[in-house]
Order: sequence, then C-alpha cells, then structure tokens
Amino acid sequence: MTQATEVLIPTSPDEAAAEFGDGSGVTVIGGGTIVVPEITYGRLQPVKALLLTRAGLAGVTRDGSTVTIGATTPVQVLVDLPAPLGLCAANVADVEIRSQATLGGNVCAGSGPDAPRGDLQGPLLALRAVARSTGAGGERTQPLEEFLDDHEGRLLLDVSFEEPAAGAFATIDYPHTSEYTVLAVSGARAAGGTVRLAATGLADHARVLPNDPDGAVAAVRLGDDALASAWYRAKTLPVLVRRVLTALEEAA
Amino acid sequence: MNLSVNGVTHEIESGPLTTLLDVLREELAITSPKAGCEQGGCGACTVLVDGSPQRSCLTPVAAIDGAEITTVEGLGTPEGLSPMQAAFTHHYAAQCGFCTSGMIIAAHAYVEGGGTDAHEAIQEALGGHVCRCTGYVKIIAAVAAAARGDSFDLTVTAPSAGMVNLGGVT
Repeated sequence: MTQATEVLIPTSPDEAAAEFGDGSGVTVIGGGTIVVPEITYGRLQPVKALLLTRAGLAGVTRDGSTVTIGATTPVQVLVDLPAPLGLCAANVADVEIRSQATLGGNVCAGSGPDAPRGDLQGPLLALRAVARSTGAGGERTQPLEEFLDDHEGRLLLDVSFEEPAAGAFATIDYPHTSEYTVLAVSGARAAGGTVRLAATGLADHARVLPNDPDGAVAAVRLGDDALASAWYRAKTLPVLVRRVLTALEEAA
Repeated sequence: MNLSVNGVTHEIESGPLTTLLDVLREELAITSPKAGCEQGGCGACTVLVDGSPQRSCLTPVAAIDGAEITTVEGLGTPEGLSPMQAAFTHHYAAQCGFCTSGMIIAAHAYVEGGGTDAHEAIQEALGGHVCRCTGYVKIIAAVAAAARGDSFDLTVTAPSAGMVNLGGVT
C-alpha cells in the first residue's frame, strides 16, 4: 500500500481546522470506513492525510430544541435520536460499521463509483439541518443543501437541526448489511407544522422532494447503478413518499 | 506507535496509514484476522479494539495508537477454550473456518455486552459477518448456547483437542 507522505493527527477542533487549511491536497479520514478501502485498493493515494479520530469533533449536544452533532460522531450514536435520523442511522450497515463510521464521512461521501452513498443526508435535509464547516475564508454555517452542492475545500465541523414534531423514514430493504441505500425517503414535520421530505439514493446526493408522490420523480435525477436501475427507482419513489406522508399523518 | 495485542505490547514499525489488519498479519504474524473483502463487507478481519469489535481492514493503525487489541488467539488456549470458542466447537459452527475468527470475536463481544440467546438479536449483532459456507444455523446455535451459559464436555463432543482449530485457516 502506498503511504501518505504526511499524516496529521490533530487533537482539537482548532488544530484540525488549522491543519486542514483550505483543504488543498488534504484527504480527510474520519472513521475510515469509506476512505481506507480506497487507499487499500489503490484508488486513492493521499499526499496529506488528516486523521480526525482524536480531533474532539464527536458528540451530540442539545440546547433547548436545537440538536448539534459533531462531525466525527459515530453513526451508531445517532440510532437513539428521533426519526427520521435515528431510524435511518439504524439502517446503515451493521453495528460494527456504524460504531466506526462517522456522521461527517457519511454526509460528505457523495456518490460512489457503483452506487449512491451518504445515507444520512436524506434525514438531515428533511430536518432542515445546517452545516458548520471551515476552510478557505474561515468558518461558515449554511443550509445542508448548499453544503452538499459544493463542499470542496470545506471541513465539516458539525450539523444542527431543530427537534421535529414528528418524523418518518421508508426505505427499500437491503439484500445485505454492507450495501448502500438503494432508495430511501425521510420526512419531518417541524414544530410549526410544515412537512419536508428528502430522498437518498439519487444520482448524485440526497435532495429535497416535493410533498407529492406524483411529483417526486420529476423533481430529482435517478441513476442506473450496481444496486438498481433508474426505472426501478422511478417506480418505487412514489411508494416510499406515500408511506412517509402516511406515517407523518398518523403521527399527527 | 504502540499496540498491546493479546496482552503483549509491540512497537509498530508499519506506516501510520497501514491497516490494523496488515499490521497484525504482516508485521506481527497474527493470522486469525482474515483478509476477506478488505472493504468492511465481510467481517472476517474483526478484532476487539479496547474491547469493542472493529473491522481491522478499515482501521489505520495511527488511529488506534496505544490501544489494546484482542484477537481470537487472545480469548483462550487450545487447552482452555473461552466459552464462545467451546460453544463453536461443540456446535460444529465452523466449516471452512475463514469467517470463524471474526464471528467468534463479534459473538464474544455480543455476549460480554449482555446479549441474550434471542435469534433476532444474535442476527443483528452478527449482521456484518458473512459465512461463505452459509453455516449460519450452527453459528447462531453456538452463540445462543454461549449466551445461555451452557457448558460442554468437549472430550465427548469434539474430535480431539489436537483437531480444535481456534482461528481457522491461515
């Protein structure tokens, strides 16, 4: 295996931000569940690797109704959070992978070579999460959808959202625990009553959906990949949207 | 970097991004963790890191500097098998043996964590472990037996002490 010429192991968030800089040439390693196989198989040869294991970016905190999740919080920790995030987290891989994989790695993973990744993006979009990141120009807090559109050169620090009044999650069941999401829909009803839906398993990253089963397919781009065809996803997406809307109605 | 493996401290010479799996197998010649898929999909490389089961193929050694590692060799000895090793032996829960080390480590952690003999809970705990022989029925039976605290007379149920294979193939 080719070794990185430089491996940085920050021991605080400030140190992590300083060593990340503007992100040029930096390969960020959170839990390692996505990046390490890329290195093992020679698809990625880091010049500078930033290992976040000891960077002090893990943890879930609450301030009133605001929940903040640090970037290196293990996915398994999220299982106990309210739907849709908790239900989605429980559906990621198996307990060993969930205990090692991090929120930040999952959110920033983007689309993989064979299948969509980033299972947690959907529920976080439904929850109207905001992302706090650092990079060129310093710290920035922005809606998650903006962050997902372009996070090149950004180091995610945490995500925050308001606890929902209700949440729901529907997914195509996986044939094996190690598969990524074929297609999943998350929904959250905010304290004010508005409902927001989002889908994971799309052609690039998760997207917000209209609250309409018949309008969902036209609002997103569906891909053909190793897990499923775009045709199959188009047939299934309205079903999952209906299930989530029904669950949210029943929770009212 | 240092690792304590099965109670013995080692100074690690491999590079910081070398996987724990490669350190164990190539540098320390501990071959029970298996290089299966090497992308976290099979569970054959699982070891205990500070008591928690973790895929060694996904773990850069620098991320766990100073940790205590337990492989299946550290659970028991051929003369004194751990309860989970004895349960696997009694129930003939290994066929080719390739998945056995990871299965035993994950099952050991499951029972140590208070896991019961409920099949659904065992399936959830071992959900990331693939048996290429599809010998799941006997594996789950072994874990359930260990969770219940069953005891076994291996002089009757196992072929012989010399044939007990703790770590499967190398």
